[in-house]
Amino acid sequence: MDWRRFSFIALIIATLFGIVVSIGHEQTSPAIIITSMLATTIAVATPLTLGALSGVYCERAGVVNIGIEGMMLSGAFFGWLAAIYMNSVFNFSTMPSLLIGVLAAMLAGGAFGWLHALLSVTFKVDQIIGGTVINMLAIGITGFLNRQLFFEKGSIFGGQVPHAPGVLPRIQLPILADIPVVGRVFDQQPIAITAILLVFLTHYILFFTRWGLRTRAVGEHPRAADTVGINVRKVRYANVIIGGLMAGLGGAYFTLESVPSFEPLMTNGRGFIALAAMIFGNWTPIGSWAAALIFGAAQAMQINLQFFREMIPAQWAFLQQSYIVGLAPYILTMIILTGIIGKNVPPAADGLPYEK
Amino acid sequence: MTATVLQAKGITKEFPGVLANDHVDFDLREGEIHALLGENGAGKSTLMNIIYGLYNQDEGEIIINGQPSNITTPNDAIEYGIGMVHQHFMLIPVFRVTENIMLGAETLHRDKNRTPPFWKRGIFEWVRQLDFLERRAVTKKVSELSHQYGLDIDPDAIVGDLPVGVQQRVEIIKALYRNAKILILDEPSAVLTPQEVEDLFRIMRELTSRGVSIIFITHKLKEVLAVADRITVMRAGKVVDTVIPEESNEQKLASLMVGRDVLLKVDKKTAHPKGDVLTVSDLRVVDHRKLDVVRGVSFNVRRGEILGIAGVQGNGQTELIEALTGLRPTRSGKVILAGKDVTGKPPRVVTEAGLGHIPEDRQRHGLVLSYPITDNIMLCTYYLPPFAKGFTIQQKAVDEVTRQLIKAFDVRTPSPFVITSKLSGGNQQKVIVARELSRPVNLLIANQPTRGLDVGSIEYIHKEIIAMRDRGVGVLLVSAELDEILSLSDRIAVIYRGEIVTTVDAKDATREQLGLWMAGAKPESA
Ligand SMILES: Nc1ncnc2c1ncn2[C@@H]1O[C@H](COP(=O)(O)OP(=O)(O)OP(=O)(O)O)[C@@H](O)[C@H]1O
Ligand SMILES: [Mg+2]
Repeated sequence: MDWRRFSFIALIIATLFGIVVSIGHEQTSPAIIITSMLATTIAVATPLTLGALSGVYCERAGVVNIGIEGMMLSGAFFGWLAAIYMNSVFNFSTMPSLLIGVLAAMLAGGAFGWLHALLSVTFKVDQIIGGTVINMLAIGITGFLNRQLFFEKGSIFGGQVPHAPGVLPRIQLPILADIPVVGRVFDQQPIAITAILLVFLTHYILFFTRWGLRTRAVGEHPRAADTVGINVRKVRYANVIIGGLMAGLGGAYFTLESVPSFEPLMTNGRGFIALAAMIFGNWTPIGSWAAALIFGAAQAMQINLQFFREMIPAQWAFLQQSYIVGLAPYILTMIILTGIIGKNVPPAADGLPYEK
Repeated sequence: MTATVLQAKGITKEFPGVLANDHVDFDLREGEIHALLGENGAGKSTLMNIIYGLYNQDEGEIIINGQPSNITTPNDAIEYGIGMVHQHFMLIPVFRVTENIMLGAETLHRDKNRTPPFWKRGIFEWVRQLDFLERRAVTKKVSELSHQYGLDIDPDAIVGDLPVGVQQRVEIIKALYRNAKILILDEPSAVLTPQEVEDLFRIMRELTSRGVSIIFITHKLKEVLAVADRITVMRAGKVVDTVIPEESNEQKLASLMVGRDVLLKVDKKTAHPKGDVLTVSDLRVVDHRKLDVVRGVSFNVRRGEILGIAGVQGNGQTELIEALTGLRPTRSGKVILAGKDVTGKPPRVVTEAGLGHIPEDRQRHGLVLSYPITDNIMLCTYYLPPFAKGFTIQQKAVDEVTRQLIKAFDVRTPSPFVITSKLSGGNQQKVIVARELSRPVNLLIANQPTRGLDVGSIEYIHKEIIAMRDRGVGVLLVSAELDEILSLSDRIAVIYRGEIVTTVDAKDATREQLGLWMAGAKPESA
């Protein structure tokens, strides 16, 4: 990540914030708008951040992962399912149900990660096709089980969606959350906080540990890694499974942290935007996070503009159309992927199976 | 008599369609330099890869210090104190020198201290993966090694920015860092400048004086006679003979390798050049850092002559050739090829104006390694007859041409459909040479055309280049081998710091004089 990208990211985020402030400042003080938008930005960027981290682990080890979307979707579904099961079948109380849900979400993602590794490392299937298989499989399985378990007569839940255990509670970060006005930013739910911690943990792992050095070596030049006695296959498997765990956790955000319900296809392309964020972050954790925040900011703008609908000036009337604002993340994705903001350099062996 | 540190007994290895090693016996004594010679595809790299555990033999055993060993992975080989510098380097270009060296043998932050705490032992051993990498210790050890053996190196440099000669030192230190007692050097001198080769030999002698034993693979007979203690010659997967340099000479070694007498001197008639085929005027080119590397170069190549460009590597030859072939933009100047202005034109246009190009880096610019030989043969002109008719590739014609070329250029391969990455280094080179020499061209640019080739193939390719000249093709030859320049060229241009300092008739040129000019001596204006 170079300073050009970071300044580009800062500029976009500032612009998005600026639009909302300039519309709403007569009603609400800019400081409050900015802090509340910042809080929303960080929160809604969570699945993108985790999805991008998933991509970082896989691709740094040389396995292209376009299955993030599917891994997330299955995380969202199985996490939710586990939480409901624990809550309504085993009568666990809310918190333990939710935590088991989070664990189940990660395991579901991890299982798909293992499948992706099996396809691309062991069977050397084209990795784009492998990823597509995962996406389709996840859509199919979650849609099918959702219908069978909840909406069919005579199914476990008897054609009726049981009461969901709710969402993970906010954690007020001590001291930080007590700061007036700005404190709001640090009032976040657990997966959002974990995601940020994981960004820095991944940065540390990738660039300062043996694990990271070997992972990067395998992604750059697997043969060279092989000649110094590194087991390319093992390293790739491990990282792709870790990538799956990350995406699964990102999926848990949807059903256990954001809203207490599951809908088919609810990840809605977030996995692909996460991939774009990773590319724009040049395959680095911190850069990917920064890029994920752009998309978070676009979404935060969309949410906040709804409060100020009446105040949007006539010449900006198009901003009243929420679908236009909703397009922003996708348009940003396309601009970013053209590479006009500096060249994206993937790991040299990204996507190539290793043949002895 | 000194002890035998490594002995290969009856090693046999078969690849689909090729018996790469056929009951090979080989032994290495303590502290010796044992040269391994052989034609392209004779099985030298295969034997070394087996010793290093990258390939596993079908038959035979490897005995180390008198004990039968069981090497199946590079890790095992490293354990036995074997280090290898591969024909195509095994370095990660985006990593620093230290990172490349420590990879696979990392020091962790607390390694120096006592046993790790309980939560990093037993089933929790994996937690150590997350320990901080200790770089300072590595840097220190690297500096120590580089002092000890006179291998000058900057531990913090990014490997991709280093010249090949220095990258090779990184490879050698990488092996020493793992306490290698047996060092395999697979064609280490093929990509080096004469000065770098001298350095390498000095380092090799230093190493053997400290008890390291070296296996040295090369195609250059002079080098072998200069440094080796013993010489083993392989042909078609078998060991032909082991000799000592005192009782041998270049001619004898060449015939042992190839199985017939080889002409080591080039035999050519005087040239009869006609009009210009290439005119370059005041060409300026910048490199990737935007520095001027070709600074106002003007010269011409006539039909039916060979112009050799002599120069120490890194004086702008690479960029000059890239600019002429359309691979790199020019800053200013003019390039006229066969009457057509091709300045800054894309490679397709330059190729269609009649250019044949043997690039310097065969793996990066010469071949698509994942394609079979057939596809690489039609790579430049796949859309023209005989390879194509309208929109369709004429596979029959492609196969036919490929078969003919494989035969004519003696490419050692079981079939024309073998993926080029599986060919031996020299045979990959032959595929490129075959493609470029067999097309009807006006100008041939040959950059290191015989790099990594055995004497037999060099003889053949030299003959072909001269035959092309005699058919009226202009040839621009760039080579790091002064001998090659001297024996092939009709005229010689000397390049120094991006400028052509002088152009002389090859008949009047001497090694010594060229050497001086290449080092920057000013020619007297006559
Ligand atoms: N991985 C592989 N798969 C199939 N065939 C191979 C493989 N590696 C080598 N070969 C074949 O084995 C033979 C010996 O190759 P090897 O690389 O050992 O030759 P070499 O003596 O090192 O030649 P050079 O001087 O050209 O490097 C060649 O015919 C080559 O095509
Ligand atoms: Mg070889």
